[in-house]
Amino acid sequence: MANVSDVIHGIVRFGTVLLMAVLALAWRAEPAAADEPSDEPTYVTFVEADQFEYRARKGNDAFGWEAQGWVGGDYDKVWFKTRGEDVVNGGATDAELQLLYSRTVSAFWDVQAGARYDVKPNPSRGYAVLGVQGLAPYFFEVDAAAFVSDEGDVSARLEAEYDLLITQRLIAKPSVEVNVALQEVEELGLGSGVTEVEAELRLRYEIVREVAPYVGVSWETKVGPTADMARRNGQDVDDVAFVAGLRAWF
Amino acid sequence: MKGFLFIGLAVWAATASAWAGEYNLVIDQTTVDITGRERTAVTINGAVPGPALRWREGEEVTLHVTNRLDEPTSIHWHGVIVPNSMDGVPGISFEHIHPGGTFTYRFTVKQSGTYWYHSHSGLQEQSGMYSPLLIDPAKPEPFRYDREYVVMLSDWTDEHPDRVLAKLKKQSGYYNFHKPTVVDFFRDIGKKGWRETLSDRLAWGRMRMDPTDIADVTGYTYTFLINGQPPEANWTALFKPGERVRLRFINAASMTYFDLRIPGLKMEVVQADGQDTEPVAVDEFRIAVSETYDVIVAPQEDRAYTIFAEAMDRSGYARGTLAPRTGIEAPIPAMRPRPVRTMADMGMAEGAHGMASKSPAQEKETTMPEMDHDGPGDMGAMPGMDHGAMNQEPGHAMPGMAESTEPPTVMHGPDTHGKGNSMVAMMPRSRLAEPGAGLEHTGTRVLAYTDLRAREPGYDRRPPEREIELHLTGNMDRYIWGFNGKKYSESEPIPMRYGERLRVVLVNDTMMEHPLHLHGMWMELENGNGEHNPRKFTINVKPGERLSFLMTADALGAWPFHCHLGYHMAAGMMAHAVVSEHGAEAH
Repeated sequence: MANVSDVIHGIVRFGTVLLMAVLALAWRAEPAAADEPSDEPTYVTFVEADQFEYRARKGNDAFGWEAQGWVGGDYDKVWFKTRGEDVVNGGATDAELQLLYSRTVSAFWDVQAGARYDVKPNPSRGYAVLGVQGLAPYFFEVDAAAFVSDEGDVSARLEAEYDLLITQRLIAKPSVEVNVALQEVEELGLGSGVTEVEAELRLRYEIVREVAPYVGVSWETKVGPTADMARRNGQDVDDVAFVAGLRAWF
Repeated sequence: MKGFLFIGLAVWAATASAWAGEYNLVIDQTTVDITGRERTAVTINGAVPGPALRWREGEEVTLHVTNRLDEPTSIHWHGVIVPNSMDGVPGISFEHIHPGGTFTYRFTVKQSGTYWYHSHSGLQEQSGMYSPLLIDPAKPEPFRYDREYVVMLSDWTDEHPDRVLAKLKKQSGYYNFHKPTVVDFFRDIGKKGWRETLSDRLAWGRMRMDPTDIADVTGYTYTFLINGQPPEANWTALFKPGERVRLRFINAASMTYFDLRIPGLKMEVVQADGQDTEPVAVDEFRIAVSETYDVIVAPQEDRAYTIFAEAMDRSGYARGTLAPRTGIEAPIPAMRPRPVRTMADMGMAEGAHGMASKSPAQEKETTMPEMDHDGPGDMGAMPGMDHGAMNQEPGHAMPGMAESTEPPTVMHGPDTHGKGNSMVAMMPRSRLAEPGAGLEHTGTRVLAYTDLRAREPGYDRRPPEREIELHLTGNMDRYIWGFNGKKYSESEPIPMRYGERLRVVLVNDTMMEHPLHLHGMWMELENGNGEHNPRKFTINVKPGERLSFLMTADALGAWPFHCHLGYHMAAGMMAHAVVSEHGAEAH
């Protein structure tokens, strides 16, 4: 039951942040009257389910997702990001939700700030988020963020991905993710330093730009003290999954 | 007797000036079927294109425009010099035409030639709201023809234009299905060697630019039309062999530049943007969005000729036929290879191998200092290279003109125009003598801007008193466009003093062509013809180009100056000049 109240608490907290972000956006963007020549007549809404997939791996197959999207104008947006997975046998769910205010600071980069809430079996946590997202030279999509939990723990995550066009519609997407913790967080099984590294490759076919089935492989490993803690708890350090799913956006 | 004649002349003059026409135009939604699927178009008098209006120079026209849409609309008389309140731009020259309302335009026509009219509200023009506008001259024209046809080119999409714009905002390369791939990479290695291929890929990657980005919206969604007809419908114009046929080409497309040719026929260009030019015979010409060109062809044979209008990115074509009788057609030529962007399009020195890898001039976030330090060396290499590029096809540059059309290279200043802009042309240069991307090596005579020479000298011979420099900017990735890094909503008006003679310098800091259109006043393109510089209502600015035009601020009021690519304008590429008695001093 404690979990349920945590979730409710989280939802309330999240809702407050959402409301504040929407208000901030409404205040910033001041839409023009409909009959004036305007370059921002309406907000654009973008939702992208980058991963929506079945993950087959030794012992604990899972359904996983990673999605993001935004509402806003050219320079000011409200972003949401979510990721998580639902283990098929065992019912353990972990899910993360972020809501961010995003402001374009240069041609290719946005600064984002907001909140993250992790719904995990135990324990759930809230975080403040500060990050940058954008397009690095050589077309690497980069998302880097620092997180401060409501317990005061500091962590960070760097993600980079690249679309490698084999043909106009067959696209390989390698991606890497590095997670770092500034201190040990016993409850979450995190040691200080680099905690987890993930490397993935997905091969998709864009039937239309918006819809693409894919297959791929994902490898992740815990590193350093985090790996040691996992071993002590009898958990796997490495994890390889074969994935198949659908990418879609609108 | 003499007195009687005088009175007779006076009466004639009075009736001549009293030429007055009244026209009714109704804007409505109409179901059309262009691609095999029913779609709703925004129409003028129920058709796409709307009715061709024919006025006479000196006529006082009265136009009642009724709006039957459930949203505001407007009509702008493209290229026509009208009083400010008749210009038809919502929020600038008037409010708009309310749903259910009627607005009456009334003005005296002071020019002649081929023009068009279209909506200036939202993206209604893309939805079909455009029509030809022909103005017969008061004096006979300096060329002769037996019959004439309007050839109005356009691009049609079954998608709602708002959705097209939203897609571009989410994924700017959405409509490009010719991006560089791994397959291309290996093919290029075979052709150019791995070293050059790799350094080329790396140079573009470093700039985060795509060399295959020729058109933002392509044949993937577009059907290209001639007078509202898709290629299969084969719009046909009849002629008798031996006749001289005048074709009035109008590019009413929202986004598409067309390369026009009629295999087997020379085209004699006699007017550009409705203005008489010294005739020049060409095999082909590129028509930028919103331009008009009048050409005369003289088919001698008793056979059909294809009017072939390839989209600049070769993703499709519009096609019609000139034929001695209906029902016959000529072969449709194959489309030629797609152009790709070059370092010249990025405003960098052309043809300098290794430079691409050595000097990523556009990498402003990290390499500004490096740029400065690389610059002088490259600049030294510039003039010679420039010259070579300009004169490589002697037939294309008029003799003695090359010198005057090649202003000294001006390095781009340190201002990178902020977050609304993702590159700068470090060494922008004049490209007026170039026919344009993809037309360099056709082996045929292609029209270039330096070929346009006005028949009559300009009426204002004063040198410019003041110079205004505007940079055309854009952030491709986010699909934001503007001037000097600012979208229209962020921009300040450009003040001009009434009567002032100005030089406007345009620097294209983007890798796309932009057809720039000024309302209310003429732009005299400085293409080396001095007093005979052609006056235009739309000037195409090539990627990485620096050009200039002269103008006389002879019309009071607020006048839009914008890119005529519909989605560029909607994404912010618009500014407006305000001509007042005091000009900038009032501010």
